[in-house]
Amino acid sequence: MTASDTSARPLVDREHSLFLLREMLRIRRFEEKAAEMYSLQKIHGFLHLYIGEEATGVGAMQVFTQQDNIVATYREHGQALVRGMPARVLMAEMFGKATGCSRGHGGSMHFFDVSRRFFGGYAIVGGGLPVAVGLALADKMQNRQAITGCYFGDGAVAEGEFHESMNLAALWKLPVVFLCENNLYAMGTALERYQAQTDISRKAAAYGLPSSAVDGMDILAVEAAAKQAADYVRGGNGPYLLESRTYRFRAHSMADPDLYRTKEEIEGWKKRDPIVLFERKLRELGLLTDADLARIESEIATEIEDAVQFAEASPREPIEDLLKDVGGQVAR
Amino acid sequence: MAEFVMPQLGADMGAGKLIQWRKKVGDRVQRGDIIADVETDKADIEVEVFSSGTIEKILIQPGEKVPVGTVMALIREERKPAAAEVPAVPKEVVAPAAPAVPPPTPLPRAAPAAPAVAIPGAPRLHVSPVARKLAADLGIDPATITGTGPGGRITLEDVQQAAQAQAAKPAPAPEMDRAARMRQAIGAAMARSKREIPHYYLSTTIDMSRALAWLTQENLKRSVEDRLVYGVLMVKAVALALRQFPDLNGFWVAGKPIPKPDIHVGVAISLRGGGLVAPAIHDTDRLSLGELMKSFRDLIQRARAGSLRSSELSDPTITVTSLGEQGVEAVFGVIYPPQVALVGFGKIVERPWASDGQITARPILTATLSGDHRVTDGHRGGLFLATVERLLQEPSQL
Amino acid sequence: MTKMTYREAVRAAMRKALREDPRVFLMGEDVGRYGGAFAVSLGLLAEFGPERIRDAPLSESAFFGAGIGAALGGMRPIVEIMTINFSMLAMDQILNNAATLRHMSGGQLNVPIVCRVATGGGRQMAAQHSHSLEGWYAHIPGIKVLTPATVPDAYGMVLAALREPDPVFIFEHATLYPLEGEVDESTETFDITRAAVMRPGKDVSLITYGGTLGKTMQAAVRLASDGVDAEVIDLRTLRPLDTRTIVNSVAKTHRAAVIDEAWRTGSFSAEISAQIMENAFDDLDAPVARVCSAEAPMPYAKHLEAAALPQVEQIVAAAQELVSRHG
Repeated sequence: MTASDTSARPLVDREHSLFLLREMLRIRRFEEKAAEMYSLQKIHGFLHLYIGEEATGVGAMQVFTQQDNIVATYREHGQALVRGMPARVLMAEMFGKATGCSRGHGGSMHFFDVSRRFFGGYAIVGGGLPVAVGLALADKMQNRQAITGCYFGDGAVAEGEFHESMNLAALWKLPVVFLCENNLYAMGTALERYQAQTDISRKAAAYGLPSSAVDGMDILAVEAAAKQAADYVRGGNGPYLLESRTYRFRAHSMADPDLYRTKEEIEGWKKRDPIVLFERKLRELGLLTDADLARIESEIATEIEDAVQFAEASPREPIEDLLKDVGGQVAR
Repeated sequence: MAEFVMPQLGADMGAGKLIQWRKKVGDRVQRGDIIADVETDKADIEVEVFSSGTIEKILIQPGEKVPVGTVMALIREERKPAAAEVPAVPKEVVAPAAPAVPPPTPLPRAAPAAPAVAIPGAPRLHVSPVARKLAADLGIDPATITGTGPGGRITLEDVQQAAQAQAAKPAPAPEMDRAARMRQAIGAAMARSKREIPHYYLSTTIDMSRALAWLTQENLKRSVEDRLVYGVLMVKAVALALRQFPDLNGFWVAGKPIPKPDIHVGVAISLRGGGLVAPAIHDTDRLSLGELMKSFRDLIQRARAGSLRSSELSDPTITVTSLGEQGVEAVFGVIYPPQVALVGFGKIVERPWASDGQITARPILTATLSGDHRVTDGHRGGLFLATVERLLQEPSQL
Repeated sequence: MTKMTYREAVRAAMRKALREDPRVFLMGEDVGRYGGAFAVSLGLLAEFGPERIRDAPLSESAFFGAGIGAALGGMRPIVEIMTINFSMLAMDQILNNAATLRHMSGGQLNVPIVCRVATGGGRQMAAQHSHSLEGWYAHIPGIKVLTPATVPDAYGMVLAALREPDPVFIFEHATLYPLEGEVDESTETFDITRAAVMRPGKDVSLITYGGTLGKTMQAAVRLASDGVDAEVIDLRTLRPLDTRTIVNSVAKTHRAAVIDEAWRTGSFSAEISAQIMENAFDDLDAPVARVCSAEAPMPYAKHLEAAALPQVEQIVAAAQELVSRHG
């Protein structure tokens, strides 16, 4: 399968299109603000930005309901935002505040929101996959109709947990959409430098599950491919592997000097910026005006500004609560 | 470096317990200073130091009981430092060229205090934690316990056994009261005396009329606080007589008599709680009656306050005991080892006295001598008593 | 009271839980058709079917992680890992996910997973099936570590673990499975917070758990014939550790030996020793002694394996050394 197979299919509806654009822009502006806050030392530790990959996060998330489970990675700001987690609790989490989604225990890499069945950002590459399989197992054993969306990067494909999880989910016919965001680099190592088989979607064949690859810079194509995958999984057929081919415009993390890619390569990909592409498409179709864009940007700016102010003003988690949520303690 | 040791403060003293140090590390002491208080079976004693210098190290802590002769402190004696030891600080530097480098500071006078058990050269005491705790609770010095654990570690059982042994020991059990301990000590000394010393006893009666008449006149000349009691006359008479009988003034040590050139009469003083001590009035023969009286009063006071000095207990060369106030006519005392003689005085009583063919009533004193037959015999003793008698007939010469 | 083996006790507890709680299921390698590598789950497949007695591929990380996910999704999984050496393959999920999720999510998630693992040597299984690594688990905040050494504990600890809101690891010493004992199946309360004084004594505390409890009890009997009255403590739960029972015992005996089939260096026996030093220093009359396995991978040959493992003689000797007096 190739990216072009799915690119023309989605129904282009103005309201939905503007929503998709808006969500991608929200992520983009949120990430830019996060980078700024990092440089101002408001955010510390690791900060992995999603800029360039927004079409996958936004497009794929459209196919999951609030009853479904989402498992993500340490590059999960985009999925969390589009899942509906408020920008302010995410910013507060990165600021290390008690009002953060994980009360400042997790930071950028560990967003959780159990009320939205957002089961977290996992920072061990591949570590979220078995958990996603288990969530699907629980749904199946309890005869719930929910499915599980499991995001992971191309680097995870090299981990045993990827293969173990593919096999287990396929073996037990568990409702999981495995969603590989292939940004071509495992940190600083290019796909062709660590994989003998660089066509990730083909790995599913070994476990007997269907798969496809999609142009990750085309949000409508991603949405359509994800819908196809989700429909398959909802049909009780077992898991599905969807590979979204994308690219991150920023370095791996704020700590990465990005020495392993050429400027030309990055600039080349930026010409396929999913937001730029989608904007252009909507303008061509007459679905987007300058006024629309200005309004969207303005609303997003207000939201992001609010998030920063909220995070800034929020209290820190009291040190007395350091041990409060450690499991396995003697019951009091 | 001088050592300050647990002094011998009596013949049967095996060990003493340090009550307190009067000086601390770094303090200067002069020969004769009171350096510590020591509890013996007989009394609490102020112990003096015989070296002058600076206390370098304290090795024994208050509460510890150590055998006589145990080094308790080290004293850096005063002397001119040898040339090499003179600190290399020029006394008069006219103008130091470049005082960038500070001049070397002289060595501090005193080394920092060492931990209690750190006897130089001695291995660190190995005591298990629980044994250490129990020993502290019971007031037992772990250093006095032999460890039987691995590597000689003092174990809980060692401390428990030491505590039992201490409780079972007839003599100085810590819970035994002071009077009982003193009685035991006196008993031990007297038993040894009676066991070892072949006593002979002599007695004579002395007409005290001249002495008392002189004393009455003398006291009229003195202020109330300086007035003399007749006892000082007897003590002085004994002291002076001893000049002529050095064989009665001294010790019997290791099978030999050791006459002492100095005469330190020990005066027996009964204590209110029972028991007695006989501290020395140093150089008794050379003191005036007034000085003697003062010393006597001071001794009584300090004996009863428990603050006798170590030398006062160990130095007597003879003991004088007077039981006149108790109504006793004659005292046949037991010699206090290692001394070789004891002089006893009874009460002065009016008796018919024949003199120059006439019978008159005179104040009569019975004086006795207990002598060590290994050193003297009755002949020498008789001459000594006669000398005492004669001296008391010339009180103005005392 | 019902007489049964340790193996049967674990099975009986699982059966009871499977019957009473539809959320409970067993998952692991060969737990179904094979009946469990140690035959612990023998017969359960027939009663509960393959959905609830779930044979898993040799994918420790995936099926343990699936257990985490299932627990997050409302189930009460019992995951069986065949031996503790294999559990290393699941260590990412155990340490990075199971133990951390509750805290890392700011208290939003909890992971009620029970993991049963066979541990220990003594069966000539050599260096990849015989080690005692439960002390490593006891290092991890966020989980509980149980080490049943008796038949009643083999039964009760499974049921107690299923009531916990957080991950619980049960390490079953493989030599204990045939052990016989009596279980009161009518009991509904199972305390896993306290260590047990298995034999009171006044001279020396022998502190142990799991597979070495039996050897330690034998050693205590021998010591008694030599006039040494040993107190034997079964720790039962390594985390959270019941320090109070240990300290109380040492306060009485003043001497302690830790008997642990794990290696000595950086071990749980070192932890016990440190706890005693921190909490009972002034009660000690001797340094804490340890009887541990030789610092070598577990050998196959019977005589070598016996030499590597703590034995009754060594426990007796260690205790004798503690109470002995040297001139």
